[in-house]
Amino acid sequence: MPSSKISLHGVTKSFGPKKVLQGIDLEVAPGESMVVIGGSGTGKSVLLKCILGLLEPNTGSIRIDGEETTDLTRHDRARVMRKFGMLFQGGALFDSLRVWENVAFGPIQSDGMPVEQARQVATAKLGAVGLGPEIGELFPSELSGGMQKRVALARAIAREPEIIFFDEPTTGLDPIMADVINDLIVKCVSDLGATAISITHDMASARKIGHRVGMLHEGRLVWQGPMADIDRSGNPYVDQFIHGHAEGPIRMQVRKL
Amino acid sequence: MSIPLLTLLGRMTLAFLEAIGAVSAFAFHAVRQAVQPPWYRRQILRQIMEIGYYSLPVVGLTAIFTGMVLALQSYTGFARFSAESAIPNVVVVSLTRELGPVLAGLMVAGRVGAAMAAEIGTMRVTEQIDALTTLSTDPFKYLVVPRLIAGIVTLPFLVLVADIIGILGGYLVGVYKLDFNDTAYLRNTLDFLQFQDVFSGLVKASVFGFLITLMGCYHGYTSKGGAQGVGMATTNAVVSASILILTFNYFITEAFFAR
Repeated sequence: MPSSKISLHGVTKSFGPKKVLQGIDLEVAPGESMVVIGGSGTGKSVLLKCILGLLEPNTGSIRIDGEETTDLTRHDRARVMRKFGMLFQGGALFDSLRVWENVAFGPIQSDGMPVEQARQVATAKLGAVGLGPEIGELFPSELSGGMQKRVALARAIAREPEIIFFDEPTTGLDPIMADVINDLIVKCVSDLGATAISITHDMASARKIGHRVGMLHEGRLVWQGPMADIDRSGNPYVDQFIHGHAEGPIRMQVRKL
Repeated sequence: MSIPLLTLLGRMTLAFLEAIGAVSAFAFHAVRQAVQPPWYRRQILRQIMEIGYYSLPVVGLTAIFTGMVLALQSYTGFARFSAESAIPNVVVVSLTRELGPVLAGLMVAGRVGAAMAAEIGTMRVTEQIDALTTLSTDPFKYLVVPRLIAGIVTLPFLVLVADIIGILGGYLVGVYKLDFNDTAYLRNTLDFLQFQDVFSGLVKASVFGFLITLMGCYHGYTSKGGAQGVGMATTNAVVSASILILTFNYFITEAFFAR
C-alpha cells in the first residue's frame, strides 16, 4: 500500500524553448489538502494538467496510488480519471446543458447511471453546495460567478472522487463569496475524505483550505511545509509572496515607466 | 532579394504540408473512433437535427432559386437554336449532378461548419474540453464523432430535398413563365433522369458532409487563444471546407463520368 496518494518525481515540462516545470518533486498523502501557491505564469496550472494527463510531461514520474500514469493507455487513463474531480478556474460548465445536466454529466455519460437517478444525485450535490433544486433547471449563463463556481464544485464532487483539484477556486469572487467557496471546499473534501490539491495566489483561501503548502517559482517548488509554518518559513520567496511586497527575490517582468 | 523570397516560399510550403499532415491525422483518428463504441446516440441525433432539419430553409431557398434561374438562363441560350425542349433535361441533370450537392454543401459549410468551429473553439478556450476529460469522457468521441456521423448521413437527404425543390423551381419557371406544357415538362424531366445522376450527387453529398464537419471540428478543436482564436477558427473552417468541396467535386465527377 503506497504511503502517498499522489507522488511526483523530477517532472519537467517545456513548451518550445520555455521551460515551465523544471523538476517537480511532490508527495501528497491520502486525505491531505495540499495548496500550491505562486505568482501568475509560474506553472501552477501546467502542474495540475500534467497530473491529470491533460498535458504530457517531458520527463519525470507521476504516480497515483503507486501506479505510474505518464504512459497509460487511453483505457487505463479513463480508469484513473475516475478517481479525479476538478474545479476549473472559470468553472468550465457546459453552456449547452442545464445546471442539473452539468452536475449529472459524469454519472450519466461515464458511469452509465440512469438519468432519473443521476438527476436525484445532481439535486443532492447542488444542495450540498447550498443551491436549491430550482437552480438545476437554469443554464450556466443565467447564474452569477459565485453560483457558477458552486455548480462547478457540485459537478466536481458528483462522482465522489478520491482526489479533487481546485484551480484558483476564489479568483474573480468578492471576499465574502470567496470565503463561502472556501468553506464549501473544506466541507466537501472532509465529507468525502478526499485528497486535494489546490492552486491559488489568494493567501486567505490557501490558509483556510490547506493542510500543507508548496511555493512554486519559475517551475520549481522552492519551499514546502505545513500551513502552520508558512509565516516562519525563512524562505525569502515565500515571505515576499505572502506579504505581497514588490521588492524581493521575485522579479516581475514589467518595463520601467 | 531572391533568397528571402525562397525562404518565404519554403516556409509556406512546409506550413502547408504540416497542415495537411495534421488534418489527415485528425481525420484518421476521427474515423477510427467512429467505428468503435461507445456512440453517443443523443449527440448524433442532436447533430442530425442541427445539420439537416435547421438547414432545410436555407438549402431549400438556394435550390428553388437556382432551379428557376437555370430554367431561365437555359431558355435564353437554347432558344437561339430552337432547342427549348432540352431545358427540363439541363435543369434536372445540372441540379442532381452538380448544383444540388455543391450549393447545398457550400450553404451548410457556411451555416453549420462555422457554428461547429465556434462552439468547439469556445469549449476549447473555456476549458470545457478539458472538463470532459476529467469527467472520464473522451472529447473526441463526444464532440467530433457525432458531428462526423451526422454530416455523412444527413447531407445526402438534404441534397435529395434540394434536388426536388430545384427541379420544382425549374418546373415553375418553365410552365408558368416560359409556357411549357406541364405534362411534357415533367415527362421530359423524368425521361432524361438517370439513376447515376442522382446517385453521384448523393455520394458527393456524403463526402461533402464529411469534409464540412471535419473542417468545423478540426479548426474548433485546435483553436488557441481567446475570442480572436475562435473567430479565426470559424473563418478557416468555412474557407477550407468550401475549397475542399470544390476540389473533391471535380475528382468525384471525374470518377463517375470521365470517359
